[in-house]
Amino acid sequence: MLSLVIFVPLLAAVVLALARGMPDALARWAWVGVSLVEVVLVAVLWGLYETPEPGGLAFEEQVPWIVGVGISYHVGLDGLSLPLVALTAVVFAACAVYGLREQRRPRTQAALFLFLQTTCLGLFAASDLIVFLLFFDLSIVGMYFAIAGWGHGDARRSALQFFLYTFLGSLVLLLGFIGLYVASGTFDMVEIAADPPLVGAGVTGALVLAAVVVGLAIKTPTVPFHTWLPPAHTDASAVGSAVLAGVLLKMGTYGFVRIAMPMLPDAWRSFAWVVIAVGVVSVVWGALVALAQTDLKRMVAYTSVNHMGYVVVAVGAAGVVGGSDADARALAVTGATTQMVSHGLITGALFLLAGVLRRRAGTYDMGRFGGLAGTAPRFAVLLAVAAFASLGLPGFSGFVAELQIFAGSIAAVPWTAVALVGILLTAALFLRALQRVLTGRTRGESVGFVDVRPSELVAVAPLLLGALLLGVLPGPVLAVIEPAAVTVADLAGR
Amino acid sequence: MTPAQPALALLVLGPAAVGTLLAFAGTTGGRRTRAAADRAAFPLAVATAAAVLGLAGVVAATRPSASARFLAGAPLGLGVDGLAAVVLVAVAAVVLLVLVFAAADVREARARFAGLMLLFTAAVALTVTATTLPALLLAWEVMGAASYALVGFWWRDETRVGAGTTAFLTTRAGDLGLYLAVAGAVGGGLLGSGTGLRVADLAALPPGWRDVVAGGLLVAALGKAAQLPFSWWLSRAMEGPSPVSALLHSAAMVAMGGYLLLRVEPLLAATGWAATAAAWVGAVTAVALGVVALAQRDLKQLLAASTAAQLGFVVLAAGVGAVTGGTAQLVAHAGVKALLFLVAGAWLTALGTKRLAGLRGAAGIWPLVGGAVIMGGLALAGVPPFALWSTKDAVLHVALETSPALYAVGLLGAALSAAYAGKVLVVVLRRPHGAEQADQVCDVWDDEQPGTREVPRLAQAPLVVLALAALGLAVLGLPPEVGRLAGVLGQEAGAGAGALELAVSGVVAVAALAAVVVAVRADRLPEPAWARAWLGLGAATDAVVRATLRAAEAAARADDGLGRAPAALARGVVGTAGGVGALDDGLDRGVRGAVRGTGGLAGLTTRLDRGVDAAVHGVAGGARRLGAVARSSQSGQLHTYYLQAVVVLGAGGLAFVLYVSLR
Repeated sequence: MLSLVIFVPLLAAVVLALARGMPDALARWAWVGVSLVEVVLVAVLWGLYETPEPGGLAFEEQVPWIVGVGISYHVGLDGLSLPLVALTAVVFAACAVYGLREQRRPRTQAALFLFLQTTCLGLFAASDLIVFLLFFDLSIVGMYFAIAGWGHGDARRSALQFFLYTFLGSLVLLLGFIGLYVASGTFDMVEIAADPPLVGAGVTGALVLAAVVVGLAIKTPTVPFHTWLPPAHTDASAVGSAVLAGVLLKMGTYGFVRIAMPMLPDAWRSFAWVVIAVGVVSVVWGALVALAQTDLKRMVAYTSVNHMGYVVVAVGAAGVVGGSDADARALAVTGATTQMVSHGLITGALFLLAGVLRRRAGTYDMGRFGGLAGTAPRFAVLLAVAAFASLGLPGFSGFVAELQIFAGSIAAVPWTAVALVGILLTAALFLRALQRVLTGRTRGESVGFVDVRPSELVAVAPLLLGALLLGVLPGPVLAVIEPAAVTVADLAGR
Repeated sequence: MTPAQPALALLVLGPAAVGTLLAFAGTTGGRRTRAAADRAAFPLAVATAAAVLGLAGVVAATRPSASARFLAGAPLGLGVDGLAAVVLVAVAAVVLLVLVFAAADVREARARFAGLMLLFTAAVALTVTATTLPALLLAWEVMGAASYALVGFWWRDETRVGAGTTAFLTTRAGDLGLYLAVAGAVGGGLLGSGTGLRVADLAALPPGWRDVVAGGLLVAALGKAAQLPFSWWLSRAMEGPSPVSALLHSAAMVAMGGYLLLRVEPLLAATGWAATAAAWVGAVTAVALGVVALAQRDLKQLLAASTAAQLGFVVLAAGVGAVTGGTAQLVAHAGVKALLFLVAGAWLTALGTKRLAGLRGAAGIWPLVGGAVIMGGLALAGVPPFALWSTKDAVLHVALETSPALYAVGLLGAALSAAYAGKVLVVVLRRPHGAEQADQVCDVWDDEQPGTREVPRLAQAPLVVLALAALGLAVLGLPPEVGRLAGVLGQEAGAGAGALELAVSGVVAVAALAAVVVAVRADRLPEPAWARAWLGLGAATDAVVRATLRAAEAAARADDGLGRAPAALARGVVGTAGGVGALDDGLDRGVRGAVRGTGGLAGLTTRLDRGVDAAVHGVAGGARRLGAVARSSQSGQLHTYYLQAVVVLGAGGLAFVLYVSLR
């Protein structure tokens, strides 16, 4: 069942790629159809999901692959991965709907994004380090083409920079994985987490952790490895950015909770303060730089650095065992996972809305708009809702995530309270953006701006409704995440 | 589930649902939907507000509590105790009256206005009834966001939107304290206690975390209550519609800051320092903002400063443990200030001005409005037998027991109240310049907007009710009602002020009022610039904003530099490889150079054009040979095989990049 969910998009991608004569309209709708099938399939998975034993997996499938080195096609879901699988399905479906108005090679784009969807689903389901890495690298290749082929501005250069940077990250990550393999004799993630190697191994453990953390930090990205992100987003298409920020960035943070914490607990605890420091700097730096941006899309890109920074703070704080109770650490991990889902929904919506600006006016420059609420009230409401959701307004998912992150992190490591300034800065930058783009006299590109079209509304609104639902009734999702978060916090605390 | 629980849920969800519906229909609907929504808005909103008032009565009588799952171990808890019951009914009553006024006063985007007001009401209802920290924080911030939308209601005017932004950001700066408080409660172990993060349990936290929580709540409350040093946002918020001021800056929003402190009074007292800090911040704000109010030349600005000053007495009350007096003051102020803001709004609409100079003699134009402003002004002045006279004394009475210095500062604040209220009264009651009539255009009017020259009956009705309240609510601070109020709040009885204190404050008020009347008539009332400019708080806020923006720009420049660093690094690599000569500053060339340079390192540069395939095959061949070595070796060396696979992978990646970039 799980493999079906993972590979249906790939199958559809192959069909679309080969069907050269397919009319564009059919290709667009085929993408929408397949992505909706995926949503349904994931919903079925969610319905059938039962919390596995601590450290275990639901929907587990394992097929031997390279037997000599203990590599197997091993997939399964738990409370950390299931929400991200669901997020992937939802974000890609939103992109498919948004893509209904795509004019440039829609069939190829659909095939590419369906391929990307498989890599994302596969990565979150992977329970073998090599399978994880395979999907990790394939996602980079796919995203390269998405940016280079459908981007604008200096897309090729940005794509290349993205590729070089994140591919380098994946190589570093691979070094870490090899270190884990050498120490444990297997690439199987469940086995390594059950009996973590390199406990008390000092420098070796530190080096392996450093490789894993740097590899993941580039992908996340955290300061100072984040500089590939703004150009990649600025020049990527709307759907490319939505997938990149909504799903691909989560691969980095997911790696922290899935690999770094449970597999290298000893080293993680020793260097938790480094992780926390990097997280706090990312939070503040990302928000501060975002505040100075005049390009809406670039601004949202920098807020991603800020939002992912909260996740890094939380996973770091969860590694500080002394003087804090397990409740607080588990709360931080729950918050981190919730934040991944929340950020995916909200930032996906923000990037699609930024795409609407470009479709109409060919620019993201906020200074060229103003009073847009007059000509495009629906766009204004969507942007305002997305902005308030992103700045962590209660009632939306970001609040649920950030409240847990702050409560858990500060309770475990009081000085992480410094990161609180991040939510003030994000509030400032989003309100400034709203003021520039939406309010005042209708002027510049806002004159004659066509309000959101049905397909754009249908793409964006469900993401925001999801954020609202998760913000008001977080219970069902948290019930899935919490047991897994407790497990990770326990594993990291061993 | 008890029958009263649905009433409690409906109290919050009802206005939230109707408000959301109206706000969306009024903004995103088609032309017809918007028109229909605008027509239905106020009837629907007033009916909802009436229902909220009814439900508030029901839950005040039945005192239900309810809980909804939110975070693990931290549910959203709602409940009604004595304090919540009293405040809830007061807030609901003011909401209803303000909406009735607004039905006559607001002319454009009525659905959006009514919808946002109801959303705000829902947030306030949840704030008042919240029994756990997550519920409180949730309501608290939604209230802030609703206030942003309401203050910046006229969005075509960027100054007004900026005022909303200032309000939201200032109060959110305070809200960080609430986040800290939640963390402190978790740190103190309340998460695992099984009862959730209950506000009532905070006083029992271990010292250390208890101080963190108390400090956080104090900052959050001072921010919302516009106490020093946060007061400036309230001045900017006056750019919003008058009905908004009448609700947000009388019974809700700012009042919620005072309310929160009254609710956590045991926590403040348990830490000691937090109670003292609250008492002094409140007392100093009462005096300092009293001076600011006295210096204002704009009616709404004067009322705004006086709101901060009057809430200073509530904050002082929480600090000295005068919960009964503080609650009485909170409720009485809500009624009095709502009345005065509505009057200011009615005049602004009718006369087009809110400058005191323009409002000279305004009380004589519409007798009912004039009567209302006299009642409200006397109450604000603390003149017997009006409301704020007795309630303020109920606070000061306890302050005297704590510290004579606090009492003295408080009494000075009371005298200033009389002075600024007197300033309003004497101006609006003075004989007008010349012989203006309501139907004549006057050169001192219409400086802000064209006046309508009428105050509709619908707008006058709430004034009558509130004027009666300004008189009647005095009983809250007088025996025997003050004793009964103490009983309802679960406080010790006997909190009322003695006859001597009541007499002293009455005399002080009347004397200050008389002095101001004389001073204004002689045009000798001092209006120092520093006080008119809100003690420089606005300039200080601007300075903070400018400094932050400068820091942001500097950070952005530094970040751009950081973005060029990999290219510079690559140039360095290239330099050492000696593969490429002169290089350009640009990132593009840097990246390409990096590719070429790294390629050079790998020995691939020489036959780049035609050799990509050959290189890949070569490396792969090498890997195959090494793989053969690896296969022949023992299993412990298999990772070296994989290392070679990395090389292949890396080389393949580079080849791919070269192909793409050089194509």
